[in-house]
Amino acid sequence: MGVGIEVTNLNAWYGSNHTLQDINLNIPANHATALIGPSGCGKSTFVRCLNRMHETNPIARVTGSVRMGDIDIYEDVKPVEIRRRVGMVFQRPNPFPTMSIYDNVAAGLKLNGYTNHKSLDEIVEKSLKNSALWEEVKDDLKKKSGASLSGGQQQRLCIARALAVDPEVLLMDEPASALDPVSTSKIEDLIFQLKSQYTIVIVTHNMQQAARVAEKTGFFLNGRMVEFDSTHKIFTNPSDKRTEDYITGRFG
Amino acid sequence: MTRIRFQQSLEDLKENLLVMAGLAEQAIQRAIEAYRVRDLSICDLVSRSELAINRMERDIDQAALDLLAMEQPMAVDLRFILSVIKINADLERVGDAAKNISERVRHMENMGAVDLPVDIPRMASLAEDMVRKSLQAFIEADAEMARTVLTMDEAVDQMNRTAYKSLTKVMEEQGHLAPQALNALMICRALERVGDHATNIAEDVIFWVQGDDVRHPKAVAKLQAAAEKAAAPAPAQK
Amino acid sequence: MATDFPIRTRIRYFTDQAATVTAVLFTALVILPLVAIFIYLLLMGASSLNLDFFIRVPKPVGESGGGMANAIVGSATLLAVASVIGVPMGIGGGIYLAEFGRGTKLANAIRFTADVLNGIPSIVMGITAYSLIVMPQGHFSAFAGGVALGIMMIPTICRTTEEMLLMVPHVVREAALGLGVPNWRAVLSITVRTASPGIITGCMLAFARVAGETAPLLFTALGNSFWSTSLNEPIAALPLQIFVYATSPFDDWHRLAWAGALVLIVLIVLAVSLVRYVTSRGVLKGAS
Repeated sequence: MGVGIEVTNLNAWYGSNHTLQDINLNIPANHATALIGPSGCGKSTFVRCLNRMHETNPIARVTGSVRMGDIDIYEDVKPVEIRRRVGMVFQRPNPFPTMSIYDNVAAGLKLNGYTNHKSLDEIVEKSLKNSALWEEVKDDLKKKSGASLSGGQQQRLCIARALAVDPEVLLMDEPASALDPVSTSKIEDLIFQLKSQYTIVIVTHNMQQAARVAEKTGFFLNGRMVEFDSTHKIFTNPSDKRTEDYITGRFG
Repeated sequence: MTRIRFQQSLEDLKENLLVMAGLAEQAIQRAIEAYRVRDLSICDLVSRSELAINRMERDIDQAALDLLAMEQPMAVDLRFILSVIKINADLERVGDAAKNISERVRHMENMGAVDLPVDIPRMASLAEDMVRKSLQAFIEADAEMARTVLTMDEAVDQMNRTAYKSLTKVMEEQGHLAPQALNALMICRALERVGDHATNIAEDVIFWVQGDDVRHPKAVAKLQAAAEKAAAPAPAQK
Repeated sequence: MATDFPIRTRIRYFTDQAATVTAVLFTALVILPLVAIFIYLLLMGASSLNLDFFIRVPKPVGESGGGMANAIVGSATLLAVASVIGVPMGIGGGIYLAEFGRGTKLANAIRFTADVLNGIPSIVMGITAYSLIVMPQGHFSAFAGGVALGIMMIPTICRTTEEMLLMVPHVVREAALGLGVPNWRAVLSITVRTASPGIITGCMLAFARVAGETAPLLFTALGNSFWSTSLNEPIAALPLQIFVYATSPFDDWHRLAWAGALVLIVLIVLAVSLVRYVTSRGVLKGAS
């Protein structure tokens, strides 16, 4: 089951660059929330703050609080633990090149010391089914390498890999931007199905995609969150003129 | 500003709609003029402009469809195109109303002119005012102006009800005037319809500019009341 | 036909052809010495190759026959010792430089040291090993030779490992971290594994280089005419043996030296190929 995320006064810096300013929002559990905005507006940085990947950059700094359920992810737990509860799918599919499909999906578990082979088999199968890839690869699980799949399949493999560790939140940073329309549709259908089990946050450049999959949408501009509301409202009658100008294409 | 071509297309759509609106307004004016002076040549003009209005309805709908398909408009642009499509339909009906009126005038050609207890030119002027004002609201994207149009409809409806009463009375008491009375009644009906269409146009303008759906307030209120009643706690039962 | 095109295109076409020919020519010039050496060795040494060469130890001066079996085994022993020393330290150093010490002063110092170490003449290495190991122990030994060779392997392996690790795409690292894998585990299991073909190549380059080194062995392993596999005694080595025989006044020994050189080259090529084959079988279909 998913969990909600409460962000309070989040500020982020890369060195002296104040990338995120005073972000406040509540991401509802078991819903898909989309984040839109022009390039460089900070939405990717924001999402990386939610699983503390932001910190892998040595000049990165964060203040403010991010609460998931009843814990503050910066104060109460270590980054490694948070990243097990908050999965991430990146813009370009990045399966581990030296591993088979099976090993890719099981990587998160194996590398954390999980060695029960029978339930690994079950978990791999369940994750691949949940990411709508099982039928296409079930005969080649250990024979084919993760990198030998097509782009759309690779991305679904990455989703399966993220799901295998049973996170509560799934962060997706422009998951379909490198994919063709058919693969994109498959991923979107997937997000629809996953919503009931996980909380999903999806960063996207494609506004129609945000409109198709998300219940709530946030518009980021220059490091600030300008408007956060139901997707319906944002795309039919947004409150802020900047939001309207962006989504009607008058800038950005 | 980006999407210049798209913005230009929206401007063109608006202009075309306004041209069509002009034709519709003119059609009503001419139809009433034909009634006033019983001039059949004016009726011909009305028929011809109705053809032009119908053709423009198709063209505008096609242009709007293209914009929806190709440009994925959002928010205000989407509401605008939706409003254009609906106003388009209402203007075409206004043209139809004008044609109906001119048909009535043709029918009345062979009947003598009689004084009937109904002031059609005044009703027409009210209806025309509504149309003009709603289109002005559209041109200026003025939702407040559009809201005033909504209040004018009641006057026209009232005049129609009064006309109904007086004309049926005429038909009952002065049977030989029945044909003229009937035609006059149908003209009043057509003018009441024009008022309704102007109201629709005003509602569409409000939707476009403010994102508010103000249609059928009575029906909405009734449903709301019924829903509240159903949700209210039942009286305590033992 | 080229002659149908306007003159400017014809000039471009011929320039293109000329450039291709020049490139091929220079490639041939580069390969030529290698091929020439190999052929020459074959011509001079193949005739002296027989079974005896591989199973017999050298005969005393004056007697004909004998072989270099002890030198072959000796070289293998020395290289084994050198690898045990050089490979872990080199790879470990490379991992530190690439993953854990990026930007630190210590890392810069290590890198600088490795580069300097790389440039030290091999005979100086030998003298150093002599001072540090042979003199305190009081005797020459295979161990000292192995240490000298091992230290020579370190810079190459270290720098190559670092380069190969840096070439692993950042997104692969991020994928591992995103799964909640601790950094050290991500480095070892994912990054190093991804870079392993390149790292192995680095090890083999270092291996091939020290396999033929003679100078460091002069004061450490010393060489041995007899059969020996002990690490505490002097040991024979192919390059040493070739040196001794080639500079001797005996024709017999000259022929053995040629054969030895040929065998040395062939063994190195075989060793490298074997490693390549064994590691490539572990790579899955479709992976780069």
